[in-house]
Amino acid sequence: MGVAVLLKQVPDTTSKISISGERVDESSVTKWSISPYDEYALENAIKLKEGGYGDVVAITCGPPRASKCLTEAAAVGADRLIHIVTDSSLDSIQIQSILSAAVKESECEIVMCGKQAADTNSGSTGPGLSSSLGYSFVGAATRVSMEGGIVSATRLGPSGPEEVEVRVPCVFTFDKGDSELRRPNVRGIMMAKKKQIDTLTPEDLGVDTSISKVIIESHSSPPEKQPGQKFVGSESVPEVVNKLREEANVI
Amino acid sequence: MVTTVISESSNGSLHPVSAQIVGAAASLGEAITVVCPGGFGSSEAAQLSGVTKVISVEGGCFETYDCLAWSKALSPLVDGTLILSSSSAIGRELIASIAAAKGIPVVQDVTGLTSGFSATRSIFSGKAIEEVSISAPCAISLRANSFEPAGSGGSAEITTIDVSQEVSVAVKKALMKASERLDVSEADIIISGGRGMGDPANFSNLNEIADLLGAAVGASRAAVDTWDDIPHSMQVGQTGKTVTPSLYIAVGISGAIQHLAGMRSSKFILAINKDPEAPIFGVADYGIVSTWEEALPPLKEHLSELLSN
Repeated sequence: MGVAVLLKQVPDTTSKISISGERVDESSVTKWSISPYDEYALENAIKLKEGGYGDVVAITCGPPRASKCLTEAAAVGADRLIHIVTDSSLDSIQIQSILSAAVKESECEIVMCGKQAADTNSGSTGPGLSSSLGYSFVGAATRVSMEGGIVSATRLGPSGPEEVEVRVPCVFTFDKGDSELRRPNVRGIMMAKKKQIDTLTPEDLGVDTSISKVIIESHSSPPEKQPGQKFVGSESVPEVVNKLREEANVI
Repeated sequence: MVTTVISESSNGSLHPVSAQIVGAAASLGEAITVVCPGGFGSSEAAQLSGVTKVISVEGGCFETYDCLAWSKALSPLVDGTLILSSSSAIGRELIASIAAAKGIPVVQDVTGLTSGFSATRSIFSGKAIEEVSISAPCAISLRANSFEPAGSGGSAEITTIDVSQEVSVAVKKALMKASERLDVSEADIIISGGRGMGDPANFSNLNEIADLLGAAVGASRAAVDTWDDIPHSMQVGQTGKTVTPSLYIAVGISGAIQHLAGMRSSKFILAINKDPEAPIFGVADYGIVSTWEEALPPLKEHLSELLSN
């Protein structure tokens, strides 16, 4: 029993992203944070623990700097910290192989992560892990609870928010819900600094990362917009509406 | 060599994005098989030009959405060098689950695709563009409104396959009816409001204009965070949705970096803001310095006049 929460460290969403040598320039990122949707996963994992469901095992996969997000997770209540040290350009198969091996090793039957990471915006990890582990899957959850051994969740379903019951073992991905994210207190921060991080390599977990099926050819900045036309006052509305039809041809 | 398209449905019919995915598949020149989960939209899929075969997959597991059950039911029927889906919430989950079952790589939310395969996608919600090359066989989800839809005139053979798959997620109750409005990630025109709207009730002014244009209504993060009545599903930006409509109308949105990332690739942007220095004007093709109270009534009037002609 236990909840594995998967955290990814990403440039803070307030960061500018600059490009150097056809790659995102990581050295220009001023602040690294836990990816926003993963924070909701962490919050819900801790709530389950408070409700009596096993320990919270925080797992991250990334370069040495990523260990910071594990310490942040410990400060709000994560019990065990696992860092699989990797370089950044892994394909979906490699990342999921590493994480599924780590989840198996943790013996957790509930896995939680964000519905997508704020850097790659993909959203493949949660459903991919469910498939390779054979765990049930609930995506875009906003709340998970357990009562009398039954695990239920609120999710953003295909036709709106709905309540579901799910068979454990299960993978949940989180959307932003109405959960208030807790902030660490001073004692939590001090304890977290001393907390041990289990540091592993993909090889330790029996995963070969030598051949990637997805190769990043280049990164670039989005094309700059030409300076637009600016009008002052609502009396310009008729002229702008005409331009939307005559110049832009969009209505 | 076969490209398999996993179709998307809406209210039991084929969703328009499916024609776009078939269009993208056709441009690669391979035979195209369309797999229809639950059988929804299979007869419409068979009429799309370029489709060689339709597999209508039917079974009790398709009555509600259970990603793992759907993936297990579909995986044995999905084959080929390339598997395509839409990058809607379900499209992404399903294709990632199927790719993992098959042990092939998946690349999500692609906006440009050439054979080989090379794909273009935005990362950091539009703050940067990524070009990747992918070894086949592989799975790729495509962003709506990024590819030309296939025309009609096809007459592919439909094979119906009944599957029986155990479900592990049971829907207990719907909490709220989904908005009847178009989702921002699918719309060709979006009108979004920010905190400058003053009150969530004032979004009714945006709804009226959206109804005229057949547009979706979006919101900035500031609006979503401030007002409970504005749901996160409307949020455009880095912790919301990245959108690329033909026309994006921003009303009372100052233009935080996360918001600009999510909408700056729109073909045309009209910004209405009372602050002439608002950063939103830096990405706008057309800017009107005005309060929304003054600008929206004439905007609605002139649009309705133009559209009735």
